[in-house]
Amino acid sequence: MKRKVAWGKVYLGLVFVILYAPILYLMIFSFSSGKTMERYHGFSFQHYADLFADSRMITIVINTVLVAVLASLIATIVGTLGALAIKESRGAWRNSLLSLNNVLMVSPDVIIGASFLIFFTVLGIRLGFISVLLSHIAFSIPIVVLMVLPKINELSPTLVDAAYDLGATRWQALSRVILPAISPGIIAGYFMALTYSLDDFAVTFFVTGNGFSTLSVEIYSRARQGVNLEINALSTLMFLVSLALVIGYYFVSKHAGRRQRVVAVKEGDAQ
Amino acid sequence: MKKLWGALLGIIALCCLLALGDYLMNRQSNGTGGRTLTVYNWGDYIDPALIKKFERQTGYHVDYETFDSNESMLTKIRQGGTNYDVVVPSEYTVQRMKKEHLLAPLDHRKLTNFHYIDQRFLNKDFDPGNKYSVPYFWGTLGIIYNDQKVAGQDVQHWSQLWNPQFKNNLLLIDSARDVFAMALITQGDSVNTTNYSKLKQAQHHLQALTPNVKAIIADEMKMYMEQDEAAVGVTYSGDAREMMSVNHHLHYVVPSEGSNIWFDNMVIPKSAKNKQAAYQFINFMLQPENAAKNAEYVGYATPNKAAKKLLPKSVTADQQFYPPESTMKHLQTYKDLPRRVLGEYNDLFLEFKMFRR
Amino acid sequence: MRQKALFIVPYALWIVLFVIAPLALIFYQSFFDLNSHFTLANYQDYLTSATYLKMTLNSVWYAALITVVTLVISYPTAYVLTQLENRQFWLLIVILPTWINLLLKTYAFIGLFSRTGSVNQFLQFMGLGSHQLLFTDASFMFVAAYIEIPFMVLPIFNALIEINPSLLNASKDLGATSWQTFRRIVLPLSMPGVKAGIQAVFIPSLSLFMITRLIGGNRVITLGTAIEEHFLTTQNWGMGSTIGVVLILAMFIVMFITGDSREKGGRH
Repeated sequence: MKRKVAWGKVYLGLVFVILYAPILYLMIFSFSSGKTMERYHGFSFQHYADLFADSRMITIVINTVLVAVLASLIATIVGTLGALAIKESRGAWRNSLLSLNNVLMVSPDVIIGASFLIFFTVLGIRLGFISVLLSHIAFSIPIVVLMVLPKINELSPTLVDAAYDLGATRWQALSRVILPAISPGIIAGYFMALTYSLDDFAVTFFVTGNGFSTLSVEIYSRARQGVNLEINALSTLMFLVSLALVIGYYFVSKHAGRRQRVVAVKEGDAQ
Repeated sequence: MKKLWGALLGIIALCCLLALGDYLMNRQSNGTGGRTLTVYNWGDYIDPALIKKFERQTGYHVDYETFDSNESMLTKIRQGGTNYDVVVPSEYTVQRMKKEHLLAPLDHRKLTNFHYIDQRFLNKDFDPGNKYSVPYFWGTLGIIYNDQKVAGQDVQHWSQLWNPQFKNNLLLIDSARDVFAMALITQGDSVNTTNYSKLKQAQHHLQALTPNVKAIIADEMKMYMEQDEAAVGVTYSGDAREMMSVNHHLHYVVPSEGSNIWFDNMVIPKSAKNKQAAYQFINFMLQPENAAKNAEYVGYATPNKAAKKLLPKSVTADQQFYPPESTMKHLQTYKDLPRRVLGEYNDLFLEFKMFRR
Repeated sequence: MRQKALFIVPYALWIVLFVIAPLALIFYQSFFDLNSHFTLANYQDYLTSATYLKMTLNSVWYAALITVVTLVISYPTAYVLTQLENRQFWLLIVILPTWINLLLKTYAFIGLFSRTGSVNQFLQFMGLGSHQLLFTDASFMFVAAYIEIPFMVLPIFNALIEINPSLLNASKDLGATSWQTFRRIVLPLSMPGVKAGIQAVFIPSLSLFMITRLIGGNRVITLGTAIEEHFLTTQNWGMGSTIGVVLILAMFIVMFITGDSREKGGRH
């Protein structure tokens, strides 16, 4: 049994090496004094200095993160409600809801972007922060549903029925029974939504305007001149910050989790 | 549940923080009372120091937005939603925009620095009399090769690319017009031909090139050539220059029998909000010292005669980027073809790509 | 009952505004030619053109291969992850790379896979000689799988951790080998996750575009690439929309295959 886990860890280590190899590569070149990702030219902080002097870039980063964090949040809420709705629907309805849900995942970004652009101009929504936010919410919802739905399906109906039998209101059943049980799915959905939002270029490109820009749009537009190592420096920083956040979140939640458990035990004792 | 609430609060707090940061950054850069000029250009296609200088000189705030292709830019302009004051399309797109009545005619009395531009780059087919456009940069389509793998005399002409010595060693640019231009010129036709049988012939000719073609790519060709991935590539002069600054074994050739010459141009869309500022900006960019500074930053060839004089001799005497007159007269610009014909180019190109393996 | 209606509202609104409306728009546009005349010619062209049909088959074939490769890599990954002590943390570590811009990562892969790149240097060091890695099906598939792995790992992981440990213990007590336990209990119970993963990977793989050019050198042309080209280069939105309709039909088929059986499995 022990040996099996050891092999598993070796395998996992290999997967991590593959997942992180390109990122490590980017990070190494952010410290190169050269101008491109071709040959390493000796250590330098030049690109970091450039980055901090580039107020346009900093504004764009703030915009990008703001849109991503906020859009994912709203998408997660709507998507979770949607998944609950799909669960309650039956037969043909359910299948068509599920299919409609996935339309945005399969449609190429150009089509989505172009049709959203037409849609926003018809409605008279000013292109900029709001239109980008709405689009990001829109294309992140399906992945949230896909992440939450299996969790809901696994939820034993008897558990929910029991809650109702014990006199729980709908809201109580939702907040005390359903949501805690599906929270891993919700959190996973949030992070996937974040991924979609941070990476999107084509949709954002079409629906942005009036001085508002996101990182992907900027990076793609700069590609004509070759990827600037300033962007490597930026990615390195963003990566390290997210890593720090993930580690921080982990320790906080672990700590909080332990305390919660203690409280729960005490309450149990009191009863 | 507590965990979810905690996460929710954390995210909202983060949003507030970011919104505050955004607000502060905006206030810092928008200090001058909200007169704004919106420029729509390719990414990294202007020296940022010039934007700052323009803001200081005129008191305008410049919103610099970027696009990655003429076509996607056009889609946005057509649809509206943002009022761009100055846009920098390539020449065939200028023609298209003109046809679709998206451009405002230029008032040449207000273009006080227009006379700095070299006569050779004015009054071209795509915009007779420069009624709508002012050249920003220009360049060519040509052959880039690595002197460690190829002798210079083997790649002076388009037809030499068909030589079996380049088996699986040629990179092409992913653009129907450019690839067909290469084939059409070798068979002595115009790069703007609308004759289907000539196109079909060109495609047939291209099929014979397939064993040599290693990949059909776009901007990333720079990285591939820099990294010695292939011996020969077909690319634009601007990209070639970038590659050569990194890898000194690379050289660029504009075939003397002819090639494409392209222009990126400043135009003012009809929907512009601040035309006054747009003229000021165009004049500012045409100032010889500004144009020279910009050319040095971007690295493309400048159409500005006075600015060219300010550039180092080593740059302007380089025939790879400022080709001799004998070659210049064989260069052709792309015309905006009817969409039906453009569709034929693209379908034939798709077929060429599909049946390549 | 009214409460129920209330929490459906935002989702329903989203479906109507951001799914049905664009869908209708695409469908509507697929009936127009370049001169904005109503026509069925786009469909006729599509169905009679060897180029388009071959491209469609190719696209489906490669998407299927990518999905299989991703699944083969991701399932064991998810499984090992669930065995770890701090599994939620390690799961986040799997997702983290996706937050770095895709174009940048692709450029990094170009650097790694090039003739003089790190991978070839390593191969040479091992005495295996240098190889042409870029522009091959293998490297294209590898990078595509790389992008999709987190989207496959996550649903499978979620399905695996839900499995009741007492089931596994019971199986062991009844004398099942660990392989039998895996095959009879773990695998069937994780199927919903696998299906969700397939949906999250196969469908987007049909419309992959950038890496088909950057890493594949345009040797593989997916439906997504063709649509991209029609919308942006040719500006033939009609034909682009027609291919879009085909893509959406393909998606409905995939949903039907992976969705229907799940309901049956779930009920009984």
